[in-house]
Amino acid sequence: MTADLTTDRAADPATDRTAALVRRPVLTRIRTTHGPLYLACVVFVALITAVALFAPWLAPHDPNAVDLGNALAGPSGIHPLGVDASGRDTLSRLIVGARTSLLGPLGVVLVSTVAGVAVGAAAGWYGGWLDSLLSRSSELALAFPGLLLAILIVSVYGQGLPAPVIALGVAYLPYVSRLTRSLVLAERERPYVEAYQVQGHSGPQILVRHVIPNIAPVVLAQSTINFGYALIDLAGLSFLGLGVPALTPDWGQMVFDGETAIQQGYPLSAVLPCAAIVLTVVAFNVVGEHWADRVARRESHE
Amino acid sequence: MTPGARSPGRAAAFVRFALRRLAEMAATLLGASFAIFGAMYLAPGNPADFLLSGRAATPAALKALDAHYHLNEPFVEQYLRWLGQMLHGDFGRSIEYRTPVAALLGARLPTTLLLVGMALVMVLVFGLVLGWISAVRGGAVDSTILVATTFAVGTPSFVAAILLQGLFSVELHWFPSGGSGSGPGQLLWHLTLPALALALYLIGLLARVTRSAMLEALDHEHVTVARSRGVPERQVIRRHVFRNSLGTVLTMGGLIVSTLVVCTVLVESAFSVDGIGQLLDLSTTTKDFPVVQAISLIIVALFMGVNLLVDLVHPLVDPRVALGTRSVAG
Repeated sequence: MTADLTTDRAADPATDRTAALVRRPVLTRIRTTHGPLYLACVVFVALITAVALFAPWLAPHDPNAVDLGNALAGPSGIHPLGVDASGRDTLSRLIVGARTSLLGPLGVVLVSTVAGVAVGAAAGWYGGWLDSLLSRSSELALAFPGLLLAILIVSVYGQGLPAPVIALGVAYLPYVSRLTRSLVLAERERPYVEAYQVQGHSGPQILVRHVIPNIAPVVLAQSTINFGYALIDLAGLSFLGLGVPALTPDWGQMVFDGETAIQQGYPLSAVLPCAAIVLTVVAFNVVGEHWADRVARRESHE
Repeated sequence: MTPGARSPGRAAAFVRFALRRLAEMAATLLGASFAIFGAMYLAPGNPADFLLSGRAATPAALKALDAHYHLNEPFVEQYLRWLGQMLHGDFGRSIEYRTPVAALLGARLPTTLLLVGMALVMVLVFGLVLGWISAVRGGAVDSTILVATTFAVGTPSFVAAILLQGLFSVELHWFPSGGSGSGPGQLLWHLTLPALALALYLIGLLARVTRSAMLEALDHEHVTVARSRGVPERQVIRRHVFRNSLGTVLTMGGLIVSTLVVCTVLVESAFSVDGIGQLLDLSTTTKDFPVVQAISLIIVALFMGVNLLVDLVHPLVDPRVALGTRSVAG
């Protein structure tokens, strides 16, 4: 579910470098009127990252310890957030599940950012046939919704995390590469690039040492927004039983496991992972949008 | 210049533009079909073993595979034959159900189309109305809608499905919790919650887009002129602000339809609706590759078709749009 709301009209690289940023038109007003929301989201992102890092020490129970006699018990002193339909501790599964749930999107963002910047920078810098070849192939990749490509790859390679992560990385690549391309096109026209060229620096050298560091903030803002989308897609795959292996604690998997619990009238073990997913996605979106906005404002002051 | 007095030059330009877009779409579709066909060669081992995936390699099964894939021929020939068959509506036979894929899809397609249609109506009605109210009212109403839509766009469709199911069918018993019922009335009844789950994210997105497009249109001079001429405010908003913002909505057409179709996989599975989304999930799990290929190709073609339609219709309804302005992709 990736939204690209930048029409080519708005993407005139010379006039506004950041107008090309692929972003949802959401959150604009919230961002400007509610400063505390951004802060709350930064804190939440930091918190959830810390939880994922220190999961094994934070989880009070073994997330896979089954206790059928205690199935669907409500919150208690031993299990503060209750247990699921197999008697597994919900809090421990949420904490340990944060690892897979964040690691997957991180992989997607790494693949799409590194490859997307390389492709976009090459297309923008060298132009010509390379540019049109890369534009054609990114058009092709755009025709495949991320989730569909991931499902297609899973149907070939079977369940597991690496294959869908790479598939989603490829599906998200064009968003990063198109942004990078338009940024590089604008950057090329700036005087400092010519100064380096006159001094005899080679194209790749200028690109890697000067141009890419200059455009990095905008690309990173885009990648932060992509993180939320990747989380949604990967959690969806796990919900379908096509993502992580069945016993791995994972938020999407927990929503799937919680479906039986919810139908028996014990919604807690399903609602909590739902909340974890929604809050994390919203937090990453707000932070990414805020960064993008800050870069845009700095540019307009120049 | 009145709309009727368009110069013949513009008409010719439009035809050229339409033909070019059509050719581009055909090229992209060719690439996509190649990826969908070639995917089975990415699997470890030879394609016949992959396609059978542990099922008994009976002579009948092998014969059915060969009739569809011609695995003994060179790769390029296999692909071209397969593509030709797909274009003729021959999607091969399901390995799991041993029936023609076209028949499987035909039985399930109406349910999915109804589901997507219901969700589309919800997206357009609620999205446009909420965006309108948000832009015109401002203040507390605006803030409330903005917070609500922030969370709507952060909510994956399967999460919405589970939460709606828990609230409206398990707790309140207002709606059935799954299946598709029997008879058209029952079907509509069963599909209401799934359609809402499917629509929620896009309602939030569309409300946001409509709101910002209307706010932008409100700043234009023609609005000030209309107001100063004493045109009633309702009419100003309807004729000069809302109508002007519809172009932005139109460019989202491809995105809206493709998101709806792809997310039916999640929502149909959550509500056990027997549409093609659920079939895609089932056939991925059972490694029924001909079915996966057929559904993937249909989704990609649908997405590109809607985008093409939007690109062609947009300059016709809005003469300000230059030919070649591309619709939103992805």
